[in-house]
Amino acid sequence: MKARVTVMLKNGVLDPQGKAVHHALAGLGFDSVDGVRQGKVIELDLSETDAAAAEKSVGEMCEKLLANTVIESYKIEIL
Amino acid sequence: MKVGIVVFPGSNCDRDLAVAFQAAGADVTMIWHKDTSLPKGLDMIGVPGGFSFGDYLRCGAIAAQSPICRAVVDHANAGGYVLGVCNGFQILTETGLLPGALLRNANLKYICKTIPLTVQNTDSAYTAGYETGQQLMIPIAHHDGNYTADADTVSQLKDQGRVAFTYSDNPNGSVGDIAGILSENRRVLGMMPHPERAADAAHGGTDGQAMFKSVVGAVFGALQDA
Repeated sequence: MKARVTVMLKNGVLDPQGKAVHHALAGLGFDSVDGVRQGKVIELDLSETDAAAAEKSVGEMCEKLLANTVIESYKIEIL
Repeated sequence: MKVGIVVFPGSNCDRDLAVAFQAAGADVTMIWHKDTSLPKGLDMIGVPGGFSFGDYLRCGAIAAQSPICRAVVDHANAGGYVLGVCNGFQILTETGLLPGALLRNANLKYICKTIPLTVQNTDSAYTAGYETGQQLMIPIAHHDGNYTADADTVSQLKDQGRVAFTYSDNPNGSVGDIAGILSENRRVLGMMPHPERAADAAHGGTDGQAMFKSVVGAVFGALQDA
């Protein structure tokens, strides 16, 4: 079973990298972009076969290590 | 007074920190990150700057989960002193010993230069050798030094006099110009600037020296009184 974790800076936390990407897109003429947030995707290969148990365990991984919940939020997808 | 300096793969200011503590009169031991317990009788732990574990995932995140960091947290929770500089500050926020987090610098650039700091609070063993409002010239060298915390935490830090140092001319966008903060018991200090790089005349500045002298003197004095 695979899990995909998406970690993003929380809303309201300044994302200078997203801003820089936004400026670069504007420089390329993509005027329709109102905002950019940059995050990261972490894919996990799990030996777990039960989706609910996998989600619970990945949630613990996020809280302990994969995300810094002071500044980041996370989303878990079991694939 | 015994100081232990934790060495992670990628630490690069460990020896500088050791030399600064030694010059101030401390006995210094280096501690490898894979150790699970601290040498006996340590009064203080230094968590040095550098790029522990290559800054993978987030700066300080992997180091904060290493076995030795559990011992560092226990040491702090038992009332021990801990100084985290630069990557050390990032690690201390990741362990939860200090609140908040360090984000990428607002201008996205790695900044390496000597900058002016303002001493905000002298009520700690680290800052007692300075005057409130004193300007210090201390080097910074970081890419992720933009301190952030929620508004409640920031006002709590200010109300409790736990902002030790602010930038006189904010280089990285940190909230409230914060450069260094203290724990509630004032024994854990995390700061992005490098006092150990301004601790000897040969460094081109000695404004950091008073911090090491002050903390070594305070802890040594307390030991003799005990």
